[in-house]
Amino acid sequence: MFRSIESPKSRVRVIVDGREIEADVAASVAAALLGAGMTAVRRSVVGGEPRAPYCLMGICFECLVTIDGVQNRQACMVPVRDGMVISSQRGARTMEVGGQ
Amino acid sequence: MTVQMIRNAEDLAERYDIAIVGAGPAGMAAATECAKFGLRTIVFDENSEAGGQIYRAITRNTPAARPYLGRDYWRGASLWEAFVATTASYVPAAAVWSLEQQDEEAELRVSVSGRSMIVHAKRVILATGATERPMPVRGWTLPGVMSIGAAQIALKSAGLLPEGRAVLAGSGPLLYLYASQVLAAGGVIDAILDTTPRRYWLQAAPHLLPFLISPYVWKGLGLILKVTRAVRVFRSVTALEINGKDRADGVTFTAGGKTVSLPAKSVFLHQGVIPHANLANAAGCEMGWNDRQKCFAPVVDRQGRSTKASIFIAGDGNGIGGALVAEFDGRIAGLAAGLEVLGKEPSEDLRRYGRLRQKALRGRTFIDLLYQPAPSFRAPAEEDVIVCRCEEVSVGAIRAAADSGVAGPNQLKTMLRCGMGPCQGRMCAATVTEILADAQQRPPTEVGTYRLRPPIKPVPLSEIAALPHTPDAVYAVTGTHSEH
Ligand code: FES
Repeated sequence: MFRSIESPKSRVRVIVDGREIEADVAASVAAALLGAGMTAVRRSVVGGEPRAPYCLMGICFECLVTIDGVQNRQACMVPVRDGMVISSQRGARTMEVGGQ
Repeated sequence: MTVQMIRNAEDLAERYDIAIVGAGPAGMAAATECAKFGLRTIVFDENSEAGGQIYRAITRNTPAARPYLGRDYWRGASLWEAFVATTASYVPAAAVWSLEQQDEEAELRVSVSGRSMIVHAKRVILATGATERPMPVRGWTLPGVMSIGAAQIALKSAGLLPEGRAVLAGSGPLLYLYASQVLAAGGVIDAILDTTPRRYWLQAAPHLLPFLISPYVWKGLGLILKVTRAVRVFRSVTALEINGKDRADGVTFTAGGKTVSLPAKSVFLHQGVIPHANLANAAGCEMGWNDRQKCFAPVVDRQGRSTKASIFIAGDGNGIGGALVAEFDGRIAGLAAGLEVLGKEPSEDLRRYGRLRQKALRGRTFIDLLYQPAPSFRAPAEEDVIVCRCEEVSVGAIRAAADSGVAGPNQLKTMLRCGMGPCQGRMCAATVTEILADAQQRPPTEVGTYRLRPPIKPVPLSEIAALPHTPDAVYAVTGTHSEH
């Protein structure tokens, strides 16, 4: 749903679900995925529907992915780093949620 | 002098005079004022870069590289420069997940670099800004749908423009601002579906005069003219839904008595912003309903003092005023909190910033009333529309609970798991209040909103367990007082 209008300045490489993509060093993981043409990053917990980052500001938790083996990271809040391994999440999240 | 950047939890001190949460306009301005007094000041920001949402990526953007962001955006650069020149400590990528008033001070729990720490401060200033009001319509959970704020963040921080047919839908100045930025950057917007009801011009009209002498007027008119010349605009749009199975492929809506369908690869939604007050709420600050802005906000006095004496709230987090108001709000709260810590009387500066804030608020009532989201988008009637995206709770389920007499949002939460997912109600609280108010014919202020408890961000249990325990906490769990 997006295209980048800038020529690459300083790029890093990350692996997403086994595929290598390039991203600007300053991008968040979510922006990197969107810039590479990936929208749906996970399946919803109850209905198994495809979901994609919605707010890009840490509010909606639709962008949860596994980064370097750590589950449920908010892709929009984590800057990319060279060599990062990212995988999309399907099904139930094993997340500890407080606040109830 | 320059701010001390802290990236590891171990480098935090145990006590500060002032702790500020958020590094947008209000947070940066507040920190600058506090640091002038020589007070030990620390700023925690959840983002990895300062600027908040409005000045997103201000620390690295330049007018030469991203000229399309517009004049107002660059005001953030001077705020950032003043802030980095202070002696404050600044902690990026820090999630404050608990805040509690203890005696006359405040205790914060914050997660930095995968570790949580407890920090005490004599005064806390929450500058947590705003979030976009949810706009639940059929299909809004499909990939390809995003908030306009998110699309703008993608542009500001990563230079991303919509690709393929893009439609903006909703109400408020951001529709036109984002459209103008996309156009200036060489992008295309296919259509704007403006859901502002025509009659809202009437409800706003009595407040037209202060708006006409506000800086908004020329900027606003200029933007709208520029955008309407290049983009198809449908007005008074109702019955909006997004089509598509596994991703968005179009929109259907009613405008001018006709049903219209348009293909779209990207759909961006927005209907104004509301205070992001989860931390204030969880700290037990009293929340009040703002009927003009149709949202709950923490109750504060003129200097931003909440109902908890050690907690101030500045900027959009206490009611929507925009970037300039937030900046003065931050200065006022910073000064007021600083003077309190020093035991000093209110200063002339405090009064001066108060006047500037008042001036910056000019025209706000008109904008609030004109861009109040239509009732059908705040409390949707379509039963299958999802309200709580995390737990997939629909309008129908909430309305059924309302009809069976559910007492309020907290009971609804227990009943339907609505608001219990990882976003902790950030995406559904506003809608839940409005639906219950609508279905039960009660004022929103009586319906109330979720009562939150820490942690307000998901924190791994291992991180919580590793925190040093107070004797009271140990007693609560074990029933005995241990010696160490
Ligand atoms: S996209 Fe909403 S939290 Fe990341």
